[in-house]
Amino acid sequence: MNVYEPSQNRNNQDSTIQAQSLNTPGVWSGFWATFKRDGLIAVRHRGEMANPIMFFLMVITMVPLGISPEKAVLAMLAPGMIWVVALLATLLSLDGLFRSDFEDGSLEQLLMSPQPLYFQVLAKVSVHWLVTGLPLTIMAPLLGVMLSLPSAGFAPLLASLLLGTACLSLIGSIGAALTVALRKGGLLLSLIIMPLYTPVLIFGASAVNSAVEGFPIGGQLAVLGAFLAVSIILAPLAAAGALRISVNG
Amino acid sequence: MGLAMTESLIELKSLRCERDERVLFERLDLTVQAGDLIQVEGPNGCGKTTLLRLLTTTSADFDGDIFWRGKLLNGGNGATRLDYLNQLLYVGHLAGVKKALTARENLNWFCGINQGHQRCSIESALEEVGLFGFEDVPCHHLSAGQLRRVALARLFLTPARVWILDEPFTAIDKQGVANLESLMLEHASGGGCVIFTTHQDVKIDRIRKIDLHRYKGLAAA
Repeated sequence: MNVYEPSQNRNNQDSTIQAQSLNTPGVWSGFWATFKRDGLIAVRHRGEMANPIMFFLMVITMVPLGISPEKAVLAMLAPGMIWVVALLATLLSLDGLFRSDFEDGSLEQLLMSPQPLYFQVLAKVSVHWLVTGLPLTIMAPLLGVMLSLPSAGFAPLLASLLLGTACLSLIGSIGAALTVALRKGGLLLSLIIMPLYTPVLIFGASAVNSAVEGFPIGGQLAVLGAFLAVSIILAPLAAAGALRISVNG
Repeated sequence: MGLAMTESLIELKSLRCERDERVLFERLDLTVQAGDLIQVEGPNGCGKTTLLRLLTTTSADFDGDIFWRGKLLNGGNGATRLDYLNQLLYVGHLAGVKKALTARENLNWFCGINQGHQRCSIESALEEVGLFGFEDVPCHHLSAGQLRRVALARLFLTPARVWILDEPFTAIDKQGVANLESLMLEHASGGGCVIFTTHQDVKIDRIRKIDLHRYKGLAAA
């Protein structure tokens, strides 16, 4: 780590850089730098951050109005409804994951930094989850009350969304990376990502349904956990590869 | 300087690049030595930016070989590539500056992903590019030239030996251009190398010029 004195020493400095080869910077410092930067940007763009959450809230509020305010009907719909809308809200927010970095040239800088791209993607996806998936998860019980979800379903709803939304952000990053260079990638992104999202939806909603009906949910949560473990390992790799292809083009 | 000046850093061997079934350049051989200032010339659309992007390793659509200190860079092993990336600084058409962040935060990120590679404090780098007092102003309040200067502040921060600058003088005022020229000269005489494109007249006499137009479609059919 060479932290040198400011400008006056620059001339001497140049002659000493000749032969040495530079240390590769630490992986975690690079991870934190990107994590902090994306976090700051998310805070500065609070309005955009609120979009998927507002969408989630509005759709769930409309359900009793549009379908039926009947308690029994709503309770039956609640698990699936909350899960589907959470999934769509995540999908809505994905397009911007790499877009602004691509447009202002930060992505190029990232690709040619000595940092492993895997951890950089992981940092960006973590921030994405913190500003979309986590708020959705925290809000879900409230919306559960609005849809008169039976009390046995609340804890499983939280647990399944906590695991599930993290999967959704990770898997979604692959689609976002593949379509970042396309001017109208929105539709394509949904087409690529939807099939990969369905297993998460099936196991997530089924966990809540089982809990409501009084069955154990360990199995479904274990599968969601396995999805998460696999996507933490593989999704950033795939997204990193896709980013290289997108920038190359 | 003696020895260091003759050290070959980057070597291009019979580089050939095609875009949309059009040959941009072929049989391009070039040796970049420590101390070189190389200006890539040619009319618009002749592939200057493409060539620079090949050198940043973000683009891999080409035939031929690029060597870094005698070791194959493209398709070679990861260690060579990592060593090269550690020594590379690129300022492109796109500034890579986030408008929602301040100049200081932008450079903090740059230093963060290149951590341990910092030559001076961010404040003094910003002072050098004439942005003293603008450290904590969000970049969307800055003018085009000032944004450019935030990107150019990296030149002061990085100890990288290879500078690849795509149109670095765009939107920079006369005094700024003069400062940048002397900075490039200083970098080259310190054992680094600069590869750049510009359409402006550069007042440095030791520049080597590469006319990309001469390498266009040499072998028709």
